[in-house]
Amino acid sequence: MWRTSVATVMLFALMSLTQAQDARKSGFDFMRPATQALQMDDTQNPGMLWVKDGQMTWAQKDGAANKSCTDCHGDINRMRGVAARYPQYSLVAKRVINLGQQINQCRTTQQQAKVWPTEHPTFLGLEAAITMESRGQPVTPPSQPLLADAQKRGETLFNQRIGQVDLSCRDCHDSLAGKRLGGNTIPQAHPTGYPIYRLEWQSVGSLQRRLRGCMTAVRAEPYPYGSTELVDLEAYLAMRAAGMRLESPGVRP
Amino acid sequence: MTRALVTVPKTAKRGEIIEIRAVVQHPMETGYRRSSEGDLLPRDLIRKFSCRFVESGNANDTGAMVFAATLHAAIAANPYLSFNLRAASSGTLVFNWEGDNGFSHREQVAMTVA
Repeated sequence: MWRTSVATVMLFALMSLTQAQDARKSGFDFMRPATQALQMDDTQNPGMLWVKDGQMTWAQKDGAANKSCTDCHGDINRMRGVAARYPQYSLVAKRVINLGQQINQCRTTQQQAKVWPTEHPTFLGLEAAITMESRGQPVTPPSQPLLADAQKRGETLFNQRIGQVDLSCRDCHDSLAGKRLGGNTIPQAHPTGYPIYRLEWQSVGSLQRRLRGCMTAVRAEPYPYGSTELVDLEAYLAMRAAGMRLESPGVRP
Repeated sequence: MTRALVTVPKTAKRGEIIEIRAVVQHPMETGYRRSSEGDLLPRDLIRKFSCRFVESGNANDTGAMVFAATLHAAIAANPYLSFNLRAASSGTLVFNWEGDNGFSHREQVAMTVA
């Protein structure tokens, strides 16, 4: 009896401890209920239009090798948990790459097709369809020494003040998260829903598009798509959000 | 390529009121916006949406109008429509979107009423 009650007390202590420790919140928690409902319901979520396209592309043969994703990977549901591990170090590219770059790497090496252009709707759809297979899975960056270097570089970029407005990512997303910037609530910048359907864009967009948007907003020159700096930032954000659950395709205001 | 998501319950009881949902991918460009170069973006809207019901075993029939809507410039991109109907008999629901620049998209979903 005594033992059980001690165990119960310890369990409650542990629960409150984990709750107290994790003050992290997804951007989802900062949204209005109507926008949350749009994300929660797959029959309403406009991101599902892109996902549907991506699921079709998964089975489509392409390139000089006339291969589809299915030919190597099998059914798309075997991609469960894959998106949660990106960005990661690639032995082929010999650098840290994100999921989109992995898709393009498969295209050039396996399908012998042309890479998808930046922010191409079908490309985003494929990325969204693969990420959706990991929905509910925790973000789990692998432990790789070269990835750790990228995360460190990303952290430096996150804390570095940039642009004419002279703000770092940290200034808003760590210090002022939950407060308002104009009409919007500042989220904590956890990339759990990407690629997201953003109401402002009225389309699906990548995390890099979002990062570049923030850089333009503080009047800095954004890093180009696919640059090491943006991937490093992505790697740091994934580490920062490690353990949080993926919710793609996310909807954001 | 145009994509649409249509949600119809596969089976329904006779007389049951069911909810139909339809999302279609479309920019719904108002014709009032300008590009980053300052050019006016040409108007590109979906003008009409309709849903017709074709009873099974009646393939040549154009069916009965169940729901229709006229869309305008103030409607957001990728318009979402939801409506209810009373399930009377088995058949096919035919969804049709029409708009500017010859835009046309058709989806059909079979439904069994027991």
